[in-house]
Order: sequence, then C-alpha cells, then structure tokens
Amino acid sequence: MITSFIGVLFDGVAYGSLLFLISIGLSVTMGLMNFINLAHGAFAMLGGYAAVVAMSRLGIPFLPALAIAFAVSGAVGALLERVLYRRLYRAAHLDQVLFTIGLTLMSIATATYFFGPAQQPVRLPGFLTGQLHVLGVDLGTYRLFLIAMVVLATLALTFLVERTRFGAQVRASVDNQQASVGLGINVERVFSVTFALGSALAGLGGALGIDVLGLDPTFPLKYMVYFLLVVAVGGAGTIRGPLIAALILGVFDVAGKYYVPQIGSFVIYAVMVIMLLLFPAGLVGRRA
Amino acid sequence: MTGLPTLKWDKFEIAFWLIPIAAFFLFPRYLTLGSQILIAGLFALSLDLILGYARIISLGHAAFFGLGAYTAGLLAKHGFGEPLSGLFAAAAVAAMAGWLTSFLIVRGQDLTRLMVTLGIGLMLFEAANQASSITGGVDGLSGVEMKKIFGVFGFGLDGKTAYLYSLAILFVVFNATRALVRSPFGLSLRGIREGERRMPAIGASVRRKLVAVYTIGAGIAGIAGALLAQTTQFVGIDVFGFQRSAELMIMLVLGGTGYLYGGLLGAAVFMILQDYLANLNPVYWQFWLGLLLVLIVLFARGGLMGGLVVLHDRLWRTSR
Repeated sequence: MITSFIGVLFDGVAYGSLLFLISIGLSVTMGLMNFINLAHGAFAMLGGYAAVVAMSRLGIPFLPALAIAFAVSGAVGALLERVLYRRLYRAAHLDQVLFTIGLTLMSIATATYFFGPAQQPVRLPGFLTGQLHVLGVDLGTYRLFLIAMVVLATLALTFLVERTRFGAQVRASVDNQQASVGLGINVERVFSVTFALGSALAGLGGALGIDVLGLDPTFPLKYMVYFLLVVAVGGAGTIRGPLIAALILGVFDVAGKYYVPQIGSFVIYAVMVIMLLLFPAGLVGRRA
Repeated sequence: MTGLPTLKWDKFEIAFWLIPIAAFFLFPRYLTLGSQILIAGLFALSLDLILGYARIISLGHAAFFGLGAYTAGLLAKHGFGEPLSGLFAAAAVAAMAGWLTSFLIVRGQDLTRLMVTLGIGLMLFEAANQASSITGGVDGLSGVEMKKIFGVFGFGLDGKTAYLYSLAILFVVFNATRALVRSPFGLSLRGIREGERRMPAIGASVRRKLVAVYTIGAGIAGIAGALLAQTTQFVGIDVFGFQRSAELMIMLVLGGTGYLYGGLLGAAVFMILQDYLANLNPVYWQFWLGLLLVLIVLFARGGLMGGLVVLHDRLWRTSR
C-alpha cells in the first residue's frame, strides 16, 4: 500500500514536471503579453517530431536529439512570433483564441500529412531504461532522468530570471510595460526572446515526453487543457506558480487514474474547478 | 440611436428568410444537409448571444447542445417521442445546466471562462462515455423513435418534415432572440460589451445580466441539440466533443458575431463547404479550416456579415 503510494507519487511528480516544462513558456507569454496561446502544444509536438526524425532518419543519439528538438522549436517559435503572433498582442482575447485554434488545426493536419495518424515510437538509450531500486521501491530510470532534467531546466530558468540583466528586463516588462519602455528596455525584443525560449522549452518537453505522453498529430488538442490548467491554476507570469500547479495536477491525475479508474478523468477537472474557485487569480499572482 | 430599436422587418431580412423556403423547393435532394444547416444555424445563434453580445468566450458550448440532444433522445427512446414536448424538456435541462455553471463563468476573466467552459464540456463528454448503459457510450444512442408532430406529420425518409420542422423552430427561436436583443435587456448587454466597468454606474447589474444571457444561450443550444436528435433519430457521443464547439465558433466568426444573422450565414457556408471539401479528404479539410480562421482573424474580423454591412453602406451612400 505504502510502496504503491510512493510509486504513484513518483509517477505523478515525473508527469507534473513534464507538464511544467511544456507549460512554462505558455505562462510567460500569458504573463508578459497577456496573450492566450492555445497553439502552445503545437510547439511541444514539433519538438517531439524533430527528435523522432533526428533519431530514426538521421541516426542521431537520444541526448543530442533532445538538443535538436529544443533548437527547432525555438527557431520556429521565434519565426512565428516575428511573422504572426506579434500582430495580435493588442488584439482582443477572442481573436487570439480563434487565431491560435486555427494554428492548432493547421499543425494537426500538417503533422498527419507528414507522419500519418499513428503514435510515434521512441527508442530510449540503454542507460535510461529499466528500474532503479531505491529504499524498497522500484523507480523508473527514465522518470528519474525526466525529473532531473526538469530540475536542471528550472534552476537554469530561475537563474536567468532572477540573476541576469535579461531576467530583470523580463520581470520589469511583466510588471509594467509602459514604465519599462520609458526606462529604455526594448520590450519588443524581450517578448521575442522569451517567446522563442518558451517554445524551445515546450519542444524539449515534447521530445522528453514521447515516452510518457505519447506523440501523435492530435497531441496539441489532447493536452491543451492540461497546459492551460497549469497556467490558469498556477497564475501567469511566474515560475513558482506553474511549478506548484503542475506538480499538484500531475500527482492528482496519476493518483486518480490509478486508484479510481472509473472516474479517473474527472479528478483533474474537479481539482481545477476547486482551485479556480479558491484562487481565481492563480496560486501565485504577480499582479494583484 | 434614439429610443429602442423597433421590431419592424427590414427588406433584407425578409429576403433572407425566403432563401430557406426557396431551397426547400429547389433542392429536394439536399434536404438532409438543409436541416443540418438549419440546426447548426440555431446552435450558432445561441453562441452569438453569449459570445457576440455578452463577450463570454466559450470553448465548451457543445455541452448544452449535447445535453439537449441526450434529453430529447432519451425521452424518445423511452416512449415519450412527442417532438415539441421533447424540445421543451431539452431546453429546460440545458438552461438549468447553463444557469448552474454560469456562476463559475461570471466570476472569472477570459482565461478562467475559457478553462471552465472547456472543462465542463470535457467532463460531460467523459460522463456520457462512462455511462454507456444509459447513453450508449461511443456507439451512440440508437432506438430513438419519434412520434408525429401534432399527430399528423411523421418524420419520413425524404427529410421534408425534418427540414420544415427545423426551419419552423429556427424561425420561432430566432424571432424571440431578435426581440430579446432589441429589448432594454439586449441594449444593456451591448452596454456590457462596450464598457463593462461603466455599466454599474447606470444601475445595471452586470452579473445578473450575464447569468441570464448565459442561461438563455444554453437553453437555445439545448433546443438545437434536441432538433438534431429528433431529426436524425440518433445521438452520437460527438455531440459533446471539443470539435463541435470549435467548429461552432468558426461558423460564427465566419458569418460575423453580433448580428444574429451571422451565425445562420456562417453555418450555411461552413456546412456546404464541408460537404464539398471534407469528402475529398478530412485531413486537408482541417488544414483549410485552420487557415480560414487565421485569415479571418488577420484580415476579415467582421466576417461575412461585416463585409455585407460595409457593402450595403457603400451602395447606399453612392445611390444618394
């Protein structure tokens, strides 16, 4: 009983950290630009497919393929931000929603065209498969690796935001755009770089998540609600809020599906409704 | 504008309603598609109320459509196949659900509303999926047997009754909605849309009005769902699907929000396009759908109705 509980908790944390990695970019774009981007999952899917192509067609090993996923999603994110997204920063939320649903549908059709509707397989390297025996509990090696990667990414991100000049500019822009412009911060450039970074992290998450979340063309729609949940519950524009929210959601989702499989899919929505009722502005709000 | 808008019919409106009547005689082989268009139009009308007039972004409006469809379907399956009472029951169930959930929706901002509507839709989809002993699950609810309307008009295979029945219901509900948005209540909705913060200053309760309009919108969506269940005598689980909510939004913005006619026009264009293109290849259809949305947002925010209004104004001005 206790061991199964620890196992569920562990899987939940691994799942939650993956959700966090993918959603953090969404949190930043929402906090920074007040932009509702429903197509965020498409960047994660792009990273997944980039990694699959790199591994299966170009014969690149798993770890460099992750770097490729990061780079490809980041580059495409930067391009789309420059060409399309930028036009809609000041548009109404409805327009942003419609626009990004359109992008999502296009990404699904494009992925189906190139890769077919099937799930993509991923071959993990030998040192990441199998189980690790820790204190009487079997822990999946890959899930440990996943958590380690997310911890690393979070530390790097926190350092970037809290300790660097660029991070200070990001925080200033989130808090007050007009004042930041007045102080000579190039807010537009800050937007572009953070959007690209967020897309790149989503791509990394998508590639890391093939083994956990799966990868097929409907990915952006299937997980859209999860990514949005992380941001809506956690509060946009911070790192800590989405992290806590993602972990809570991950653990509840896994636990719900494990202990009460009949109503498993309801648990996450129930948690969402309760959290949104208790914290209408998110767990950690930057702005009042 | 001075005073309340009147309920007098414009010549364009009369011309508009002659189209579906003409279609009945001109395209007898497409009556099934025709009733689908009329039902989708009614559904789009219900979304226009809450999206176009109250500016509530909903990604889960199919929830109410589905509730209406299952209510009417289940009633008919268990021997209560009288169509009109089925419609009333469906409207009541959907409006009740709308009223209950409206309190969650009125509370939040755009993002919260979007999440809550999306979540409710997905929850109902799951519920219908799990309760397969009642709803038929993924196989759908079959065995829906309708009685004759007024005991006279039966739903035949030629689809004539289904078409005229849908058209009559659409016309009645449309008129009620048209009167509603031209009433003081409708004007206060427009006030909320233009400046939500200022409405309390003239003594209007924004909360109560949003709850009311959301409830009405849900009820109308329920009627649309019930019509689909009754005319096709089948309820598939996709009535709750996200795809349905998304396509509904596309129909509405394609036609133009905030005109009431936009939803009907958008539904017609959308369904006819779909009938042509989706049969070629469903995957490409999704791509063109996405592209259409992107282009509408970037270049044609008013939709078809917006374009027609501009055209009308220009012609009217030059003829003077």
